[in-house]
Amino acid sequence: MPVPLRELAHCRAGDKGNLATLSVFPYDDALFGVLLREVTAERVRGHLAEWLDGEVRRYELPHLPALQFVYERTSGAGVTTSLELDTHGKTLGTLLLSFPVHLGHG
Amino acid sequence: MTTRIGSGAGFAGDRIEPAEDLLRRGGLDDLVLECLAERTIALGQQRRLADPRAGYDRRLPARFTRLLPLAVEHGVRVVTNMGAANPLEAGRVTRELLDGLGATATVAVITGDDVLAELDLDAPAWETGRPLREHGELVSANAYLGADAILPALEAGAQVVLTGRVADPSLFLAPLADRLGWDLADPSAAAAGTLVGHLLECAGQLTGGYFADPGHKDVPGLAELGFPFADVAADGTAVLGKLPGTGGVLNRATVCEQLLYEITDPGGYLTPDVTLDLYGVRVDEQGADRVRVRGAAGGPRPGELKVSVGYRAGSKVEAEISYAGPGAGARAALAGEIVTARLAGTALRPRVEVRGADDDCRLRVAAASHDIALLEAVGDEVEALYTNGPAGGGGVRVHLSEVIGIVSTLIPRARVRAGVTLLEAGRAGTAS
Repeated sequence: MPVPLRELAHCRAGDKGNLATLSVFPYDDALFGVLLREVTAERVRGHLAEWLDGEVRRYELPHLPALQFVYERTSGAGVTTSLELDTHGKTLGTLLLSFPVHLGHG
Repeated sequence: MTTRIGSGAGFAGDRIEPAEDLLRRGGLDDLVLECLAERTIALGQQRRLADPRAGYDRRLPARFTRLLPLAVEHGVRVVTNMGAANPLEAGRVTRELLDGLGATATVAVITGDDVLAELDLDAPAWETGRPLREHGELVSANAYLGADAILPALEAGAQVVLTGRVADPSLFLAPLADRLGWDLADPSAAAAGTLVGHLLECAGQLTGGYFADPGHKDVPGLAELGFPFADVAADGTAVLGKLPGTGGVLNRATVCEQLLYEITDPGGYLTPDVTLDLYGVRVDEQGADRVRVRGAAGGPRPGELKVSVGYRAGSKVEAEISYAGPGAGARAALAGEIVTARLAGTALRPRVEVRGADDDCRLRVAAASHDIALLEAVGDEVEALYTNGPAGGGGVRVHLSEVIGIVSTLIPRARVRAGVTLLEAGRAGTAS
C-alpha cells in the first residue's frame, strides 16, 4: 500500500515570475533514496496536472537532502494576471503532500 | 569576529512587534526590512504619477515611527527597500522622523533603479518572448540593483538606508560586506552574504512561519513569532538564531525549506552580486533555535541586470456565491453553467470553478479584460443568481481590481547609474 508523501516528507512552495517551485524534504534522511525513486518529475506533473501544464524539472540535492521541482505556471500567467484564487500557487506545496509513495521496491 | 544582522520584515504587510523586539534586545549591528514585492513598485509608480510626494511604502511612517526610536537608542543601522517607487521622498520623510527624535543619524537614499527611460522597448520579455512594447502601456521599469549600489552609502556613514528596487539578498550583503571588510568582487564572499540574505529576507518564514502543519510540523507560539538574525563570521559561516522567549521554531527543517524557497536553479541562482551555487551548502543544528549554515559557492556576477517591468494589463473581476447542504455541489455547478451561458456571447473567457466541500461550497467566476463594463456585467450575472439561479444561493461577493502585469527583461549594467543621496540632520541633501 502506498503512503501519502505527508507521512515521509515536508514540502514548500514558492514562486518567481512565471515559474513556480516545490521543495520536498524527507523527515528521515535515510528515506531520500525512496523519494528519489518514487517522486519523479513525471509523476509530480501527473499528480498536479489540474494545476500546472508543461514540463516539470527536478533537481536533486542529496547533501540536504532535498528534491526541488520547478515548473511553469499555467498558461505562463504571472502572479498579478492569473485568474486563479491562489495567484501565487502557494497552496500547491500542500497538495503534493497527498502524493502516493510506494515504500517497497518495484 | 562576527557581526549580527537581523530581519525585521519579510513583506510590506509584515508584523512590527518582532522587529521592535530584535532592536530592543537582539544586540544587532544591522536590521534589514524587506517590504517590496514585484508588483508593489508598479503600484507605487502609479501613486507617484498622481502625486509626486507619494510612491514610497505607505506603511513607512507607521513602521518607522515605532522602529526608528529603538534603532537610534540601540545604535542599530537600518537598511530597507521601503523607498519603493519614490526613495527620495521616503528619505525626506525618514529625515523628518529622525529630526523629530532629535537624532543626528544620517539617512541615505539609493537611486538609479528606475530605468523606464533607458529601456529598449524592442527587447523581449522573458516570460512571453514578445517585445516589451507589445505588452501595452508600460508604467514602471526597475532594475534590480546590487550590494555595490548600497555599500557607498554605508561607507559614508549612513545609519538609515532607503532603496527602491534592489535584489532582496543585496540588502543584507551590503551591510555584511561593510562590517566584515568583504570585497564584493570576491564571488565567495558575495555568495556567503547572499546565502544569509536569501535565508533572512522572508523574516518569519525562517523561524516557523509558513511552516506549521498541526500533527506533522507543530510550531509553538505562532501568534508571537520571533524573527531571525544571523551571526556572520568573516569566513562566511553564519549561525542563525532567534530571541529567547519568542514563538516559532528555527531548525534544520525550517532552514532547508527557506534555503530552496523560490530557487529555480539551485546551481545557478542569479543575483546582481553573484551566481550562487547551493549544492555545497551544509545546514547543521547547533542547539535550540541555533542553526549553522555554510558552504555556498559563488561564480561571477551576471553581466546584465534584471529589470522588472510593469504594464497596464486591464482589470480583473472575481465574483463568488455560496451553496450549502445536500446537493450544494450540484447546485453550484448548475450556477456555473448558467453564468457561462449568460456570458457566452461576450469576448470574455472566464474561469468558472466550484471550490469547497460538496455540502458547503462556493462558485467562483473570474475574468480579465480591458473593458470594465464587461467585467461589471460578470459581477451582475453572479449576483443575479440570487433570484434567477439554483436554490439557496447566498453570500455574493464581487471584487473588481486593476491589474498591473509584470514581465522581466535585462539591461546592460552600463545603462544603470546608481546614486547615493545623503540626508544629514539639519542640512539639505547632497547627491553623489
